[in-house]
This record gives sequence, structure tokens and C-alpha cells, in this order.
Amino acid sequence: MPANLDGNVLAGPLSEVFQFDSTTALVECMHCGDVKVFAVAQVWEDPMGLVARCSTCAEVLMTVVETATGTVIELRGIASLRVQSEAVAD
Amino acid sequence: MSIFTRGFSGRGRDNNPALPPGQYLTEDFPVLSAGPTPRIDTDVWEFTITTESGTVHRWNWEQLMALPIEDIHTDIHCVTRWSKLATGWRGVSLDTLFADVDTSYEYVMEHSYGGYTTNVPLADLLDGQAWIAFEFEGEPLDPEHGGPARLLLPHLYFWKSAKWIRGLTMMAEDQPGFWEQNGYHMYGDPFKEERYW
Amino acid sequence: MVTSGWKVGTVTATRTQTPTGRSIDLAVPGWPGNVAGQHVDVRLTAPDGYRAVRSYSLASSGPGESIQLAVDRLPEGEVSPYLVDDLRPGDQLEFRGPLGGWFVWRPEQVENVQLIGGGSGVVPLVAMVRSHAAGGSAAKFRLLYSVRAPEDAFFADELAALANDTFELTWAYTRTVPAGWPTPPGRVNRELVERVTFAPSPNLMTFICGPTGFVEAVSNILVDTGHDPARVKTERFGGA
Ligand SMILES: Cc1cc2nc3c(=O)[nH]c(=O)nc-3n(C[C@H](O)[C@H](O)[C@H](O)COP(=O)(O)OP(=O)(O)OC[C@H]3O[C@@H](n4cnc5c(N)ncnc54)[C@H](O)[C@@H]3O)c2cc1C
Ligand SMILES: [Zn+2]
Repeated sequence: MPANLDGNVLAGPLSEVFQFDSTTALVECMHCGDVKVFAVAQVWEDPMGLVARCSTCAEVLMTVVETATGTVIELRGIASLRVQSEAVAD
Repeated sequence: MSIFTRGFSGRGRDNNPALPPGQYLTEDFPVLSAGPTPRIDTDVWEFTITTESGTVHRWNWEQLMALPIEDIHTDIHCVTRWSKLATGWRGVSLDTLFADVDTSYEYVMEHSYGGYTTNVPLADLLDGQAWIAFEFEGEPLDPEHGGPARLLLPHLYFWKSAKWIRGLTMMAEDQPGFWEQNGYHMYGDPFKEERYW
Repeated sequence: MVTSGWKVGTVTATRTQTPTGRSIDLAVPGWPGNVAGQHVDVRLTAPDGYRAVRSYSLASSGPGESIQLAVDRLPEGEVSPYLVDDLRPGDQLEFRGPLGGWFVWRPEQVENVQLIGGGSGVVPLVAMVRSHAAGGSAAKFRLLYSVRAPEDAFFADELAALANDTFELTWAYTRTVPAGWPTPPGRVNRELVERVTFAPSPNLMTFICGPTGFVEAVSNILVDTGHDPARVKTERFGGA
């Protein structure tokens, strides 16, 4: 039985694209409106790509695919993303 | 620039000329999982084909089982580079399911329980190329591998064979499904290595 | 701070930690230092260009250009058997990091800390225990460490030696207990959690790390026993 990981594992792949630490970013789910740090999202490590799902409603927040030529990130279920500054990262 | 890792070769990756380029043979059946596994009872399961006129053709489990069932022996190729040879399935041909469907659209979106989608040209689903499969190697298809029923479309990369299939919707134009929106190829022919766009 | 891009480290030492696991020390020129709890992504490249990437927590923290990982070998795994059995001093490894700013403990944090680790999930928690000991922090630390058998514990001697009046260590054995152990082996359950971990408090931060099933089970127990979910941080390593 495959088990999901969590948003901590996104830190590396997303560091290729974003300047900020993704695990402390506050994510608003487009489906249920819940706002949580990215670290607590469910992350499914499908060999085709990473799929991040809302830990409240399980709908897809984001997908990350490493293709032969680069990283494709789709933020299909994210209504808003708030990046925290270092000082309030906890 | 990357460095090579001394003594590392990866899991079972010797080349086999019988396989499409870049594929390796696997004996087990790796599970891909983009989300929690849907558990759908055959009592509530249904399969639909929806056309441009809004007509919905509908089959419940009992109706599906009453249709002609075929034995299928085929190789399957996953875009994540494993292939399995001579796998055995049972299922209903899409030719049977499309027999009474009236459509002039040429593209299809496959929809799954759990929300997954993938796109395919209608021509690839007909002429004995695709099935709704519910048995694998003599056993009911288990939920991890898409049970109670999945699409089986073995001449394309296996992500085009949607697990937990619930319906097909006709489309006027080719539109990207779940992985196709994220960098994967619109068609996905393993012999041409159509992995990404 | 986020640092992207792949770096190269050279293995300086390896040490057997358990029958299936070992620690790996690396020298990394230009390493920016890291906070306890962070991880790196390790990338292995085969001669034909095939690559595999996996995440590994840092057992080390603070400034300096040497880091430490600790890896448990999973049967049939692609990367962990290589790291545990084949890698040797002088080999080069590529990785990116330090990564993650959420599952971390900083020496300036004053609240008490409960750590709960399962198997190799103890690795980031060991970094926190070491950071706490090095900084002379007044925060009270407790670690509940769940292992299959006594010999499966990573950094067992070091953890035992660090125990003092600000750091309390409790073992949970799921398969085999040491001779004379007062309780039979078993999974971490509500009774054990209530007996050996800090009670819910606004002055408490809890970190849980290990296989996904372990993390789910333990975090549910904590929330059921009145802990504020916002004060329980989790990191899942996958697996059953
Ligand atoms: C943030 C984070 C930090 C981590 N920190 C650590 C750490 O400090 N120490 C540590 O030891 N681990 C850590 N992990 C876990 C680590 O990243 C790896 O998941 C682990 O080492 C297993 O990798 P692997 O390549 O050996 O196994 P994989 O090849 O990924 O396989 C995992 C399991 O699945 C089975 N499997 C999967 N695919 C196949 C297949 N095709 N054929 C056969 N079997 C298959 C294998 O039997 C194996 O048991 C961490 C994970 C995360 C997310
Ligand atoms: Zn949601």
C-alpha cells in the first residue's frame, strides 16, 4: 500500500523554482477555503510527478513534474499563497 | 553538469531490445498513486459515455457483465520506464460499448472515480484496441490497480489507461487531462517515446 | 534562507549504527550551515544518466562545512541500500539543501519540546537534541524513541549520554525488549504517550517524525489527548 508523504518533501523540488521556503508558506485551498502551511499538505509521490493535496478536503492543490527539460509546476487548486518572512516562520 | 555516482546503476535497468526505447522489464506490478485509492463497490459502480447531444449511455455492473467478455493478452508500458510483457486481462471491448453511440466528435476525455482525467483520440479506443477491464491474471482487479474496473489501452503509455474508470465524455477538440496539463504528452506513443511535450 | 542548486559533498566517514543502518559524514565546501530539523535531497546518477533523488534529514546542525546523514536500508529500495552498503569514504555525492524551514527547532525557542521518533525518523530529532545540548538552552526536552529492537536504535549511546535534567529519553520497543524490561513489546499507544510525554500546554512544541503510519497514529493520539494541532509538527518519511 503506498502511503502519502507531506509538504516537507516539496522543499527541494520547489526550491528549483521559488526563492522562498515553500514549507512555511500559507496555502489557501480553492476547494474548501482552508488555510494551512504547505508542510502539512498530503503529498503523493507518484513516479509521474508529485501531487500535493489539501489535508482537509484531499482535493489537488498542486502538481510538480520533472520533465526531460525542466520542472513543470501547476498550482491548480491554490486560491492564494502567503509567503512568511523569516521572523514569523514558526 | 552532474557527477556520476560510483557503483550506482538504479533498479533493474538493463536494456531489452524487445521493449520500446528507454523501457526496462519488471516482474512485479508497481503501483502509481497520485492520491488515496478510491474504494467503489460494484453495487454503486456505473460507467457512462456522454456525447455532444447530451445523451448519456449508462451501464451498471450487472449490465457490463452481461456484455461479451474478451480475454486480452498484451504488453504494457509505463512512462516511468517499466514494461510488463504478456499480461492477461478480461474485459469488455469499447467497440461493444460504442456500438450504439452516435457522435461526430473525435476526442475523448476519460474520467475516473477520484477525479483523475486523461485524454485520447476516439480512433484509439476502437477497432479492438481498448477495453473496460475488470480481471487481471485471473483475479478481480484490486483497487490499487484500478478495480473494480479500469480502461485498458495498451498501445499507449499506461497513464492513458485510467484506473477506477467511471465515464467517457466526447470532445470536439483534444484537451489535456490531469498529467497532460503538467508536461506529459497529449498522445503518448511508447514506441516514439512521446513522454513529455 | 533557501539555497537551491546541486552541491557536491565528499564522504569523510561512515559508521554502522544498526544492523540495517549507518551514519554518513560529508565535507561540503560552501555549506551555509543549517537549522536542526532540516533535510537535503540526495541525487544519484548512473553511468547512462539515469537519476534517483531521495530526501534525507540532517543529523547535524549549526555552522561549519561538515554534515551528517543517517540512513536505514529498506529491502528492495533503490537508493538506501546503495547509501548503506556501497558508499565509502572518498566518494562524492550530489545534493541540494539545506531544505525546509517548518520542521525545525532553533536554539532561541524557549518553550518545552516533546520529540517523538520512529525508526530513522529520529534523525532530525537527534539534530534538535544535539542543538539543544550545545546551546545550553533552558527549554526542557523529552524524546520518545520507538524502535523494533534495542539494536535498531540510531545514535543510542550518544542519546543515552546526553540525558540529564533538561533532556529525558524514553524507549519504546515494538518487537523485542531488552532483558528485564518492565513491559512487553508493543506499538506506541495512548497509555504510553500519556505516561511519558509532556501534557498539553501552550508552552510546548511537539515534533513527530517517522514512517507515515507511525506519524499518523501518534499525532492522532496527541490530538485526541488534548494537544493543540497547531503545536504538533509532523514529518512523514513514507512507507507503511
Ligand atoms: C523529508 C524526508 C526526510 C527523510 N529522512 C530520512 C533519513 O534521515 N533517513 C532515512 O533512512 N530515510 C529518510 N527518508 C526516507 C528516504 O527519503 C527514502 O524514502 C528511503 O531511504 C527509501 O528509499 P529507497 O530508494 O531505498 O526505496 P524506494 O526505491 O523508494 O522504495 C521504497 C520501498 O518501496 C518498495 N518499492 C518501490 N518501488 C518498487 C519497485 N519498482 N520494485 C520493487 N520495490 C519497490 C521497496 O521495496 C522499498 O521498500 C526521508 C524522507 C523524507 C520525505
Ligand atoms: Zn481543501
